[in-house]
Amino acid sequence: MENKNNIALSVRDLKTFFYTNNRCNKAVNGVSFDVEKGKTLCIVGESGCGKSVTAATIMQLLPTLSRIEEGEIKFQKDDKIINIEKLEKNGKEMREIRGSDIAMIFQDPMTALNPVYTVGFQISENLKYHTNLNKKEIREKCISLLNDMGIPLPEKRVDEYPHSYSGGMRQRAMIAMAMACNPKILIADEPTTALDVTIQAQIFELMDKLKKENDTAIILITHDMGVVAELADNVAVMYMGNIVEAGTADDVLRRPTHPYTKALLESVPVLGRGKNQDINPIKGSTPDPYNRPIGCQFAPRCNWQTESCDVMPEITQINETHQVRCHKYEQFFEKYK
Amino acid sequence: MKKEILKLRGVKVHFPVQAGVFNRVVGHVLAVDGVDLDIFRGEVLGLAGESGCGKTTLGKAILRLVEPTDGEVKYISQDDDETELTSLEKKDMDPFRKKLQIVFQDPHSSLNPSFTIFGSLQDPLKKFGIKSKEERRKIIGDLLEAVNMRREYMDRYPHEFSGGQRQRIGIVRALCLEPELIVCDEAVSALDVSIQAQVLKLLMQLKKEKNLTYLFITHDLSVTEYLCDRIAVMYLGRIVELCVSEDLYNNTLHPYSEALISAIPVADLDKQTKRIVLEGDVPSPVNPPKGCPFHPRCPKATDICKTEVPTLKKYSTNGNEHYASCHLIDLPEIT
Repeated sequence: MENKNNIALSVRDLKTFFYTNNRCNKAVNGVSFDVEKGKTLCIVGESGCGKSVTAATIMQLLPTLSRIEEGEIKFQKDDKIINIEKLEKNGKEMREIRGSDIAMIFQDPMTALNPVYTVGFQISENLKYHTNLNKKEIREKCISLLNDMGIPLPEKRVDEYPHSYSGGMRQRAMIAMAMACNPKILIADEPTTALDVTIQAQIFELMDKLKKENDTAIILITHDMGVVAELADNVAVMYMGNIVEAGTADDVLRRPTHPYTKALLESVPVLGRGKNQDINPIKGSTPDPYNRPIGCQFAPRCNWQTESCDVMPEITQINETHQVRCHKYEQFFEKYK
Repeated sequence: MKKEILKLRGVKVHFPVQAGVFNRVVGHVLAVDGVDLDIFRGEVLGLAGESGCGKTTLGKAILRLVEPTDGEVKYISQDDDETELTSLEKKDMDPFRKKLQIVFQDPHSSLNPSFTIFGSLQDPLKKFGIKSKEERRKIIGDLLEAVNMRREYMDRYPHEFSGGQRQRIGIVRALCLEPELIVCDEAVSALDVSIQAQVLKLLMQLKKEKNLTYLFITHDLSVTEYLCDRIAVMYLGRIVELCVSEDLYNNTLHPYSEALISAIPVADLDKQTKRIVLEGDVPSPVNPPKGCPFHPRCPKATDICKTEVPTLKKYSTNGNEHYASCHLIDLPEIT
């Protein structure tokens, strides 16, 4: 935050709404965060909290029934600052950024790859549009990318179709595709949710390596606090379209100050704590997005709810890095002193 | 004294692979390949492993939802009567269906969308002799209340419920015949973390109230460790390690369990360990590797692992029985 040049992407007060059946779903309702170069920002939350929509908004991949209402997405390209939200969705500039400067890994590698084209073809598409390499060089680059991802026999595998890849290999092919043009920002939307833990470990190792070698900024979207603890430098916790708490991994995991973050951490059993650990479920379930609580969105499920929670709390900066959206954060934060 | 409720001996489930014009059988998927397992009354036994290791197939084979190719599944009643389930005729199986129930993984596809909850749930009660509708409504209503849902919900349709609520309805469905053993097949995996905790707590509470035994199938070792008394780890259709849940974490014997545990992200900054990254993927169960099935990915593999299949041997850690199948364990074997 101190050094402006370190920030690869800065999102300010972003609002993305969906319009269906004459109703409006405020999927992302005022989200602000910064992504630093060579750092991983984890966005955590339950299903329906707006974390994937945030990612789709940055990539301008929103479906037709939705639009960016307000806010700024500032992307630093070389020395220029580009306002992504002002670009046309399918315009030349956006297409130039998408795939080369900002790339994305999707959740489900089974559906994100096209089954009728070879993996090599799908990776080379990216290179064809964004670089000046000739056909032969593109093929070599594809092979070297697959090789970097640890796919055995890349010369042969490059001509195979996605169905002959296993789940973990498909996800690695997706990462190869995303990394083809050395993006400055990599958005990974639940990249390992569909994979087994041993394969997940391989993918994480790979992402760590990419971050260190290429200084890529990574936005990792997940629902698993364990993943956050392993990979995150910075964390943003989302609930019902808002960031309720943000800070470094240390801030959020060691000194959780928002009741929702605390509840999330307490509701998962942690390996190694044995049978006697206490897990506390969060009462109730996430509210209907068309019928939201007034004021603080978490209030109906919160154990510390008071009348003051009928007003939406503002973001409070606790210290340089740690911010929280709760009226009563002080009583939690006191304890850590 | 611990009493068994189920005894599995050499259970195998092989699925034929067919190919060509005449659908000739060209091979077999060895989904479950020789499993010996005792399940004791009143315990929670966890069955963990990666996808494709055969854990769901084993769960279904116990209930004969999938017919085992070979082996025995013995049910031992409270009065010590043993019955071999796999050799029974379909209709003789009925009284045991009442005792053994299952909760399925996906709460969205396991309820019929065109029936109300009562409509779906009353069938087993009808079949097992509860003739009056009032009585059936009472039983289902009581169980719905037991899982913290309202009695009136039984006249609603599945689409009106959220994932967590549907999973609770799935639990009611399993409970309505007062079973002794429930196979929970990834019962909480499809749920959000906050809801997952609710269902876990509920399962534990029901176990205490109704004296149940669970076979808890899951890929999530943190959940197994929290919930289970004993854990069995499966790899490619076989059990590779079976022990008390604390020992699996503190005294891991099998290198696969070790890698699996180290790969699980832990939501605690003070407990971060070095990941053991396994090379490659799980081999195909159609054509499993010779010798120890884990040797191509095992960081410790030696020559003997490539040729000889290790058997499940009994060891002792912390005074508890600890079974593992690996050539490289230093502990003395107990016979």
